[in-house]
Amino acid sequence: MTALAGLIRKEVYHILRDRRTLVVIVALPVLQVILFGYAIRTDVDRVRLAVVDPSPDPMTLALRARLDAAGVFEIVTVSPTMDAIEPLFRRGEAQGAIVFEPDFAEHAGRGVPASLLIVADATEPNTGSIVQAYASAVVQAYEQEQTTRSRVVRIAPAVRMRFNPTRRSSNLFVPGLMAFVLTIVSSLMTAISLTREKETGTLEALLVSPLRPWQIIAGKVAPYVVVGFASVVGVIVEARLVFGVPLRGSAALLLAEGVLFILVSLSLGILISARTSSQRVAMLGALVGTMLPTMLLSGFIFPIESMPAPLRAISAVVPARWFVLVARSVMLKGTGLAYLWPATLILLAMALALLAASTRAFHERLEA
Amino acid sequence: MRRILFLARAEVLHVVRDRATLAQVLIVPILQLLVLSNAATFQIRDTPTYIVDLDRSTASRRLVERFESSGHFRVAGRSASPTLADEALLAGDVTMALTIPHDFEAMLVRTSAAPLQLSVNAEKGSAAGIVQSYASSIVSAYAAELTAAGGGAARIDLRTRSWYNPSLDYRHYMVPGILVALVTLIGTLLTAQNIAREKELGTLEQLNVTPITRGQFIAAKLLPFWTLGLLDLAIGLVVGVVVFGVPVRGSLLLLFSAAAIYLVVALAIGLWISTIVETQQQAMFVTFFVMNVYLLMSGLFTPIDSMAPWVQTVSQVNPVRHFVTISRAVLVKGAGVRDVAQPLLILVVFAGVTLTLAVRQYSKRIA
Amino acid sequence: MSDAPGGAAIDAHDLTRRFGSFTAVDRVTFAVRRGEVFGFLGANGAGKTTAIRMLTGLLSPSGGRATVAGHDVARDAERVKRDIGYMSQRFSLYEDLTVRENIRLYGGIYDLADREIRDRTARMLGRLGLEHAADSLVRAIPLGWRQKLAFSVALLHEPRVVFLDEPTSGVDPITRRQFWELIYEAAAAGTTVLVTTHYMDEAEYCDRISIMVAGRIAALGAPAELKARFQAPSIDDLFVRLARPAQ
Repeated sequence: MTALAGLIRKEVYHILRDRRTLVVIVALPVLQVILFGYAIRTDVDRVRLAVVDPSPDPMTLALRARLDAAGVFEIVTVSPTMDAIEPLFRRGEAQGAIVFEPDFAEHAGRGVPASLLIVADATEPNTGSIVQAYASAVVQAYEQEQTTRSRVVRIAPAVRMRFNPTRRSSNLFVPGLMAFVLTIVSSLMTAISLTREKETGTLEALLVSPLRPWQIIAGKVAPYVVVGFASVVGVIVEARLVFGVPLRGSAALLLAEGVLFILVSLSLGILISARTSSQRVAMLGALVGTMLPTMLLSGFIFPIESMPAPLRAISAVVPARWFVLVARSVMLKGTGLAYLWPATLILLAMALALLAASTRAFHERLEA
Repeated sequence: MRRILFLARAEVLHVVRDRATLAQVLIVPILQLLVLSNAATFQIRDTPTYIVDLDRSTASRRLVERFESSGHFRVAGRSASPTLADEALLAGDVTMALTIPHDFEAMLVRTSAAPLQLSVNAEKGSAAGIVQSYASSIVSAYAAELTAAGGGAARIDLRTRSWYNPSLDYRHYMVPGILVALVTLIGTLLTAQNIAREKELGTLEQLNVTPITRGQFIAAKLLPFWTLGLLDLAIGLVVGVVVFGVPVRGSLLLLFSAAAIYLVVALAIGLWISTIVETQQQAMFVTFFVMNVYLLMSGLFTPIDSMAPWVQTVSQVNPVRHFVTISRAVLVKGAGVRDVAQPLLILVVFAGVTLTLAVRQYSKRIA
Repeated sequence: MSDAPGGAAIDAHDLTRRFGSFTAVDRVTFAVRRGEVFGFLGANGAGKTTAIRMLTGLLSPSGGRATVAGHDVARDAERVKRDIGYMSQRFSLYEDLTVRENIRLYGGIYDLADREIRDRTARMLGRLGLEHAADSLVRAIPLGWRQKLAFSVALLHEPRVVFLDEPTSGVDPITRRQFWELIYEAAAAGTTVLVTTHYMDEAEYCDRISIMVAGRIAALGAPAELKARFQAPSIDDLFVRLARPAQ
């Protein structure tokens, strides 16, 4: 055991002495969370609205005032015709338009329903739906207030938003973002330990030493798990302090799962380093090249249930997918192991499988 | 000059004869396009819903029917227990729970008004808002139905229209953006890797002793990759149109002109990266990190309008953002030169600046 | 100093290069005549490579001056490059291009007309006996042939001076002999050859040699003359004697 302890100690010295790399490893995830946390959002807080009002009258003006007062619309232009509106849409200067028909109030008064058209730029479909929903809500609220006839049926749903009452998308994305940046920092640590080993040629030396392969692997992975732990703590603190993401569940559970996830990511890196050098560039290329699609399949940004079945299946073998699930559940829903034991088990199984494969790869290198 | 052509020709031969590079240029992008376009969607369909119908009346059953036949909702559970509904929400088995009170129909008959309870799993952020808006519109439509049946009439006839993407197909939004990502990866990664490999192998030194100038060398390097980038864009576009039905409403000439300018920027960044790394592996990693930041901040996957204001400002210096805007505007909205003049101009400026900086950095490093 | 007929093809005077506080090349002075075969010897780290990089215009001198083919290496590096050939130790020909494609590439870089390229290619391949391999990938050609081919390509544009960095490493003795025949041919035709080598027996093939130790030239002259002066039985012996004090 002392040989293993010595190996771990050597690796820790390496890491601690390389001050610059250490700072990068801990600072990189923190920086990325800040940057991406403010960038990856899907909230629609401000909608740029154009108004087409050919014959302004008390009713159209009242509705326009309502839209303005709703707080979510920014009226970018008022025009008598549709022609001026199209270029605004093409340039992205308007996201939606309200089109009143001529003689609006007159028609409404007479009982011939007055036509009101809500146009939304549906290039981004959800934004389009939201623009329509917001505008419709304002119009319908106005309509309900003005109506005195009792024969109009009103059904009013009371809506409860569970687990994320403010519905801020950062609460959704930041936990997933944590998984993303931890994956990146793990691959960075793998790259560093690979380069170091290549430069000093120590891998060969280790292999012919009395150390067993599993000890070599443990010696390589353990120090980085410790460094990775610092990253995990860093991103969780950031999520709480900077973005105000709640932590309704157990912090200890979250930390433990975070460390488990880092272990899985590092194991993948070690498996790659266990392969012979000539293949390494190809495998690194594979790792890097598939990392982006992998992250996008983990549920971090795009919901897994929206994906077609084959991709949902692939998503199941992406480790990040399970940690994203765990992070969201623990932070937003406050769930515990009772609900999360399947995901935890899967992560554990992945770690063991990858470590076993690495051990076997090292054995093969010895034999070869 | 003639020298550039000779060297560029040799570069093309290198690429064509190296199977790994060829795969990287032709096959990997297509695969990524196919996978990403299918994955990159926020589309909400078949939202699993739990129904707690405490009334079991004709009115309540009809309402539930409206939900089921809307195409947006799928009834995943039914019972008379709000507790079970809550558990289903907690477990993530359903996204929405609809609770109809026990005197629903009676209240409608008596007062023409009735309440409903909707619980939505808001974990999903803005998706919850959309689910709510779908649900609300179904409820309003039902109320209007009842009004019409009772002889009443609304004063405002509200209609909605979705421009540019009436089928609300997310792929029409994502594919033009993903094409940008692919072209970027090709341009930047290949350039960085290629020059890093020359450094690794020592071929750079041999060329440095010849009378070929730095400018000629760089031009000869960038020209083939620039062409490959445009070729990849063309292939990707064909796949996008044929497989995903992406519209092509604007001028392809405009799109490819913008791409030609944009590629200069991407290549210049690759060149710059090659000056700070020593091996191909390092080139791969650095490119990946840099590209990550660019792509995630470009409005490719999530809208720029949703970003925090300071990030929106910062994204102005992100060339990917501008090309994504142009790509979507031209393909999906049929924008013309005047509509995309601003981002186009910014790209031109970027091309000049980044190329100059990269070339200068490259020259300094060699001496 | 201009290249008068019979004048120096390479003329270095107090050539110096410093990297921070470390002086890699320390006031090196020597001259190589036109058509001479000059052996540039020295241990690893003695400064040979740095000196050559200055003479080929790859590195600018920290002090002193040098002219190659009549052009100042510091001020006229680009002119120098046009009149020299170079065969580097690590690399010379692209392995994934054919012989013909490699020749064409270098021909184009040195601004040779298409017709010239064709003629010289034919001549070169004929001289080397490699016509059959004209369209084979360089990768498929044995190492010895590759080295000879690389040398010929370095001469393709008929430079006045050619620099060879360890051109015969890893090659069998017969091929080495053939290689040196090529070198003599080139020298006889008026090309100045500066060659570095680890093989001390090859030093005997040169007209004159210099031995660099710790950045300075410790010995300069014809092999026979040096052996007599230092009373060394072989260049190998001489080399060891000079290099040892520096270690």
